[in-house]
Amino acid sequence: MVSTAVSLCGIHMDNPVMAASGTFGYGAEFADLYDINCLGSFSFKGTTLHPRFGNPTPRIAESASGMLNAVGLQNPGVEKVIEEELPRMRAFFSKPVMANVSGFALEEYVETCRLLDNQEQVGWLEVNISCPNVHGGGMSFGTRPQSAAEVTRAVKAVCKKPVIIKLSPNVSDIAAIARACEDAGADGLSLINTLVGMRLNLKTRKPILNNVTGGLSGPAILPVALAMVYRVYQAVRIPIVGMGGISCARDVVEMMLAGATAVQIGAANLVDPYICRDIIADLPVVMAQLGIHNLNDIIGGAHS
Amino acid sequence: MTQGQYTVISNRPIAAATWEMLLAGDTSALTRPGQFVNLRTGGHYLRRPLSVCAWDDSRLTLIYKVVGQGTDWLSERQAGDPIDMLCGLGNGFDTGLSGQYPLLIGGGVGLPPLYQLAHQLVDEGKQPRLIMGFNSVQEVFYREEFERLMPVTVTTMDGSCGVRGLVTEVPPETNCTYFYACGPSPMLRALCGCLTMPGQLSLEERMGCGFGACMGCTIRTRLGDKRVCKEGPVFLKEELIW
Repeated sequence: MVSTAVSLCGIHMDNPVMAASGTFGYGAEFADLYDINCLGSFSFKGTTLHPRFGNPTPRIAESASGMLNAVGLQNPGVEKVIEEELPRMRAFFSKPVMANVSGFALEEYVETCRLLDNQEQVGWLEVNISCPNVHGGGMSFGTRPQSAAEVTRAVKAVCKKPVIIKLSPNVSDIAAIARACEDAGADGLSLINTLVGMRLNLKTRKPILNNVTGGLSGPAILPVALAMVYRVYQAVRIPIVGMGGISCARDVVEMMLAGATAVQIGAANLVDPYICRDIIADLPVVMAQLGIHNLNDIIGGAHS
Repeated sequence: MTQGQYTVISNRPIAAATWEMLLAGDTSALTRPGQFVNLRTGGHYLRRPLSVCAWDDSRLTLIYKVVGQGTDWLSERQAGDPIDMLCGLGNGFDTGLSGQYPLLIGGGVGLPPLYQLAHQLVDEGKQPRLIMGFNSVQEVFYREEFERLMPVTVTTMDGSCGVRGLVTEVPPETNCTYFYACGPSPMLRALCGCLTMPGQLSLEERMGCGFGACMGCTIRTRLGDKRVCKEGPVFLKEELIW
């Protein structure tokens, strides 16, 4: 018998597999397909203080082994999420959920986090300071240690629940930003968000995405994510949620060896809506094959 | 929605760069004409959405244009090959609003979803008519199939078949009170501009997932923001903003 259970910032998870924000909505589309209580948890769609339409289409482009998105944080706003999405979610998901929060000003992060922190269903807050597809906010908070720390401190001051800061890979020194967040009181870090990329339409000779650039995700970025998780693990003591191109149970083990306590599955959900369920079912099999009895034993295993 | 392996029964060219593929598999999630499938192709990460042309209890027909790597791969599939597909996506056409004499308008590979729609309208005792538009005679497909169901007017941009020009060149029959359209966006926009009758239009958009998770295909409508893959691809004329 193998054990897949882990603990993330003091909250028990049956397994380390979460669906990543922006690829799982508020869970309803997937709950129509399978019982999503098999998940360790999931991080719901990035939520902002005010409703957002996001960017005009085209919002999606493609690359070898990956995709670009420039959705631009479309969401109904925190009020509607609390009034409509969370009550609806209660009917099909009974575990603590991760609340993903974005903002365009410090006060927006603070207010949105404060409101969601009060919701019983919310287990963790995942503060996205790394969205590459919005202007005048999002990633700009996550590219300098000082502003990353500022957001962390402000959010921590109003939250009782664990605060996980979601980091951008589009920086020169991710370890420095990770340390700044830890010093500012972050309970955990999640990484990586998408990498800035672009595709062009050869007929129009213009960028495919209306936003010009988008965020690259999918298997193409797994090695980048592994290298960054590995590096951040050496720089901080707080737990890491590792993500970026994970597509199978072996990738989960690899990400945990690099230093992740839990993992998130993103783009793969969009290609195969059953992927999280299948990875969770496959995980004990892969563990047995690799001689792993308890997943906790392998977190950061590559460093010892 | 169902996900599964479907088996190619046949795959053949029916016009210039236009192919018809017949597949066997679970069609239980198909409930309305105008719904689509999202299929995996070799060498691509994301699936390819294709509207369903026709289906029965165990088979479905797709018609697609070879425009790039993904559809090129698709055209190389042979009888017996498996295809991984999400089936029964989107909302489809509502035939309840059609009236007795609905007008169907299809442009190029926008025509396929109108085929099952035409069957259903005829089965319901209605008398539809069709205007089908192409660039040239080499692209014309399914003319005879449609003509078995209803009167058909063909238009081509170069005049090599039927009426020269766009589908909007053809004045609608005076007894038509409702229309159904699928085709390129400029065609749909033009139709909304020149037709005074109400109708339904099937839209096309770049999609990530095809089942409502990624928000990659959201458009603004008069009734709020809607996902083309989930609340669409078929929209009422009245709700679209051009």
